[in-house]
Amino acid sequence: MDKSGAAYWKATLGLLTKILAIWFLVSFGAGILFADLLNNIHLGGYPLGFWFAQQGSIYIFVALIFVYAKKMGEIDRKFDVHE
Amino acid sequence: MDLQTTIYLVVGASFSLYIGIAIWARAGSTSEFYVAGGGISPRLNGMATAADWMSAASFISMAGLISNMGYGGGLFLMGWTGGYVLLALLLAPYLRKFGKFTVPQFIGDRYYSKSASTVAVLCLLTASLTYVIGQMTGVGVAFSRFLGVSNETGVYVGMGIVFVYAVLGGMKGITYTQVAQYVVLIFAYTVPAIFISMQLTGNPIPQLGLGSSLIGQDISLLQKLDTITTELGFGQYTTTTAGSTLNMFVYTLSLMIGTAGLPHVIMRFFTVPTVAAARSSAGWALVFIAILYTTAPAVAAMAKTNLIRTITPGVVMENADIYGKDSAIEYEQRPDWMKRWEKTGLLKFEDKNGDGRIQYYNDATKNETVKAKAEEAGWKGNELTVNADIIVLANPEIALLPNWVIALVAAGGLAAALSTAAGLLLAISSAISHDLVKGVFNPGISEKGELMAGKIAMACSIVVAGYLGLNPPGFAAGTVALAFGIAASSLFPAIMMGIFSKKMNKEGAISGMLAGLSITLFYVFAHKGIFFIKGTEYLDVIGGANSFFGITPEAFGAIGAMFNFATAFAVDKFTKEPPEHIQHLVENVRTPRGSKAVDGAHA
Repeated sequence: MDKSGAAYWKATLGLLTKILAIWFLVSFGAGILFADLLNNIHLGGYPLGFWFAQQGSIYIFVALIFVYAKKMGEIDRKFDVHE
Repeated sequence: MDLQTTIYLVVGASFSLYIGIAIWARAGSTSEFYVAGGGISPRLNGMATAADWMSAASFISMAGLISNMGYGGGLFLMGWTGGYVLLALLLAPYLRKFGKFTVPQFIGDRYYSKSASTVAVLCLLTASLTYVIGQMTGVGVAFSRFLGVSNETGVYVGMGIVFVYAVLGGMKGITYTQVAQYVVLIFAYTVPAIFISMQLTGNPIPQLGLGSSLIGQDISLLQKLDTITTELGFGQYTTTTAGSTLNMFVYTLSLMIGTAGLPHVIMRFFTVPTVAAARSSAGWALVFIAILYTTAPAVAAMAKTNLIRTITPGVVMENADIYGKDSAIEYEQRPDWMKRWEKTGLLKFEDKNGDGRIQYYNDATKNETVKAKAEEAGWKGNELTVNADIIVLANPEIALLPNWVIALVAAGGLAAALSTAAGLLLAISSAISHDLVKGVFNPGISEKGELMAGKIAMACSIVVAGYLGLNPPGFAAGTVALAFGIAASSLFPAIMMGIFSKKMNKEGAISGMLAGLSITLFYVFAHKGIFFIKGTEYLDVIGGANSFFGITPEAFGAIGAMFNFATAFAVDKFTKEPPEHIQHLVENVRTPRGSKAVDGAHA
């Protein structure tokens, strides 16, 4: 792989790591591991941990994919590998 | 107009719509049959993916399971949506760039070996067939209620319709039909939810209604439900986990990885024009899926509330004593919907204490207060069995909604089951005809012969799935979860390593897939019987149910996947690295430039 190819792949992996970290935090973190703790806080009639497990994580997943698609497009253009 | 006629009319109208579209968009070539010629826009593709994805398990079964499980049911919600993030980030754009029809083809080319692609076909078939069994279970439930027949007859009718439907189409027909099916199923799911949310909380948006207070009371719906479910021994609704925290964690992970590894979903991303479109298409798919998935928890909690409200009317909206002598309704006074569902055998009443009233509670509870109170009230055990798979379909009836809403739900449930069954059968038929017959046994086969082989494969899988659907290994959603575990443990790691590890070789990938698949099947079959045949379970061999750290067979896929990765890297270390041109292929797949139309040619 040439130099710019390697840099492109590094940038891609960097973005993936960031997005997957948030993905993990909202679902496995807030929705499962810390759900009991978060349940002490309420969001309207929702206990917060329950809300993350059954509502919140889904909204955040949607946002994550669109952010990824947009950022990835920017990386593609920066390294001039876009279609 | 009476209910039955309305159902026939609405279901009939929706079916004519699908068939009309299927005929209008009939596939002319293998490329159109498998990937719709590769020219579908990301948004439309997202909508079709959503319909393809949301099956009888999502539509019919999931909310019912959440309704019984409470908070723990969130594993289905997170698992089946979070997988799209993995799919969008790790697989979809790269597989689109690779530009072939099927998953086994990618594996065969990337691992430069026909054995690798044959093993992939084996994994794909096991996962997809298990999935179709789950669909058949759901289809059986839907048809049995709407035709007023037994569950078994329901499965037979479903087999016939799925057969006619799937053999007609091909991907092009299926894509457009699925867009129509999405519209039908999402209306069918949200309309009753809106009505019910209005009735209970006064808030028309179910996602907000679930977080609101009950009408005329200053207690939130969830809090009320927590109190009642605790009193009836079911365990507090908003905190009861699925087994243990570890099990819930692994279960969610299995469903996520499985989502990203299921061939009929991955195939969807071969139908968009560019790599960039594959990325955003995954996002659109999840938007359309999220509409149903964020409504489902509301449906679940409200159905549970309404069910308890039906049986003990004073308890939910006023504060009557749940153990009071006159709290439960008399069996003879039961509402019509109960009578209708009794016919299917999926709802049963047995008057254990002979008082003529219905007692509905968890008689297996470990809560001593509940036990004492139940005994004091003269209860001799739970008297009402409600199959979890009927909750969503019965929901509008329980809430006494108008007939057209009930009919709409019937049409929606069938749309969900049919669209997914069709997508899965397409994945099965392409794996057999394209990857196995054309790729391995008979490379010289004509396009016509290939399509024929595919259709025969479809027919056989429907028969097998229908047979096993009569004696399903669990509820529709549970069976489908098993399919995800199988995909997670076998296909996902092989595809991911194929993209992210340049040095992964064929020996590593093949042994990884085989190791992941066999250990998962070993654990699943121990609980559910060999090939899901009743009576062949071998639980004592593995030391009792859930013997691996309390992990249920449905949740085992994530463990299988780790086993797969570990085996692959170990074997890879001791065998020779892949040839130069394969490493170039991987580099090429990683960059979007130069993507071309998808084709089926075997390298």
